[in-house]
Amino acid sequence: MTAVVRVEGLVVRYGGATALDGVDLTVEAGEMVALIGANGAGKSTLVKALSGLVGAEAGQITVRGRLAQVPEGREVFAGLSVDDNLRLGGWRNGRRGRDTSGIYELMPELSGLRRQAAGTLSGGQQQMVAIGRALMARPDILVVDELSLGLAPLVVRTLAGHLEALHRERGLAVLLIEQNARLALSMCRRAYVLEAGRTVLSGNAAELARDPRVAAAYLGGHVAAG
Amino acid sequence: MSDLIAYVVTGLGIGAGYALVGSGLVAIYRVTGVVNFAQGAFAVVAAMLTSTLLSAGLPHVLAESAAVLVAAGAGVLVGLIATGEPGAALIITLGVGVFAYAVEIVVWGDQPRSFAGLPGVLTVGDARIQAHYLLILAVTVPVFVAMGAFFGRTDLGKALTACASNRYAARVVGIDVRRMGLLAFALGGALGGLAGVLTTPIQQVTFDSDVTLIVNGFAAAILGGLTRPGVALAGGLLLGVAQTLIAGFGGGAYQLEVALLLMLTVMVVQATRAGALAGVAR
Repeated sequence: MTAVVRVEGLVVRYGGATALDGVDLTVEAGEMVALIGANGAGKSTLVKALSGLVGAEAGQITVRGRLAQVPEGREVFAGLSVDDNLRLGGWRNGRRGRDTSGIYELMPELSGLRRQAAGTLSGGQQQMVAIGRALMARPDILVVDELSLGLAPLVVRTLAGHLEALHRERGLAVLLIEQNARLALSMCRRAYVLEAGRTVLSGNAAELARDPRVAAAYLGGHVAAG
Repeated sequence: MSDLIAYVVTGLGIGAGYALVGSGLVAIYRVTGVVNFAQGAFAVVAAMLTSTLLSAGLPHVLAESAAVLVAAGAGVLVGLIATGEPGAALIITLGVGVFAYAVEIVVWGDQPRSFAGLPGVLTVGDARIQAHYLLILAVTVPVFVAMGAFFGRTDLGKALTACASNRYAARVVGIDVRRMGLLAFALGGALGGLAGVLTTPIQQVTFDSDVTLIVNGFAAAILGGLTRPGVALAGGLLLGVAQTLIAGFGGGAYQLEVALLLMLTVMVVQATRAGALAGVAR
């Protein structure tokens, strides 16, 4: 297997504060991997570093192929229509790579909303726009920063279904960064735990879910049944 | 009646200049979030340069076009300086505007300048109207239509809007936000320059004409919350007509006062409305 993303010993500092302090992480081609961690553990910094939006102080990031990001909080272009949001997702592709019809086939929920301003949509619909926008870049790996944040469980299930289908049917690699550890561990085969800027645990997601340390810190103190 | 028609047409011509300056402000603000106080200077520089080029023997249209291009270049320059230092952009553009005075005085002196526009007088009813006023409108309206199409229909225009809408997301999808900002400044410079070359034949220009232009342009632009060029056009035209009507029938030139009053009213109304909305959101 070849790694689409390999992070080795990554250190990122903002001024004097150390946000990431030695992160090691690998995502193989076509693999779906979870990264869980509490608020302030450095999850979003890692996402920014992967997208090249912040620089590394030490360590290395290797990305093979294209990486696209679904940012935390959706970050849609509120005043632009759904279709424009999607088109701009293909900005790097040039004009020919901005046909949005494939996204509507994938997420039919959006096709009735094409002309609507993205800012007027519900949170779940905005998350779909953000995912669609990222897919427009034709990525080899999709980095999803907080899929479930602020969304109703039913909506989260729909979104998770879309991601799983993409992974299964198109072999898209996914790095799922989640505060909702239960969700992330149930969706992915492998997982990492990030604490205070370091990857402290990693391994099979189902096993991690049974790990008492993970259960205590991230699964509400209950050891997951199973 | 003939006075009224003449005043209205004159006002529309002058107002078109305000609208162009205002839309330049809008173009820059939309994309970069910077209120460019050096906007009036683009008009002055382009006007002065046109007068120089014309007296050097360059034909009309060519001279004006060259001046507009130079103004666009000046826009990029101001953009480079203003967007380099986040947070200080407003003060920087103000400083650049004042610095432009020095440059203009050194190059062109402190005397008013003008040049001939489109010759000829038209008779509408029994009102006599200089043809140049109609030329201003004939250029301005298509420019606004083109700008609307650019922002509304092209991917580049949408990418510019995206930068204003969500800078972070723009970077995430790979839009070069800084380059888009400079493009917006170039557009703002060109629009300001166009205002200068179009209105100078009817209103001579001095190094400090930018004050009138920027105040009126700002008043026009703020009607649309600094983000809607179409509203800036309507606002500019309205402002121009109001001012010429007041000057014509009232017998005094209250250009700045009218603009400031309008601006103040709009800002108070918008602040009240924003406050009300914030109250609902809470």
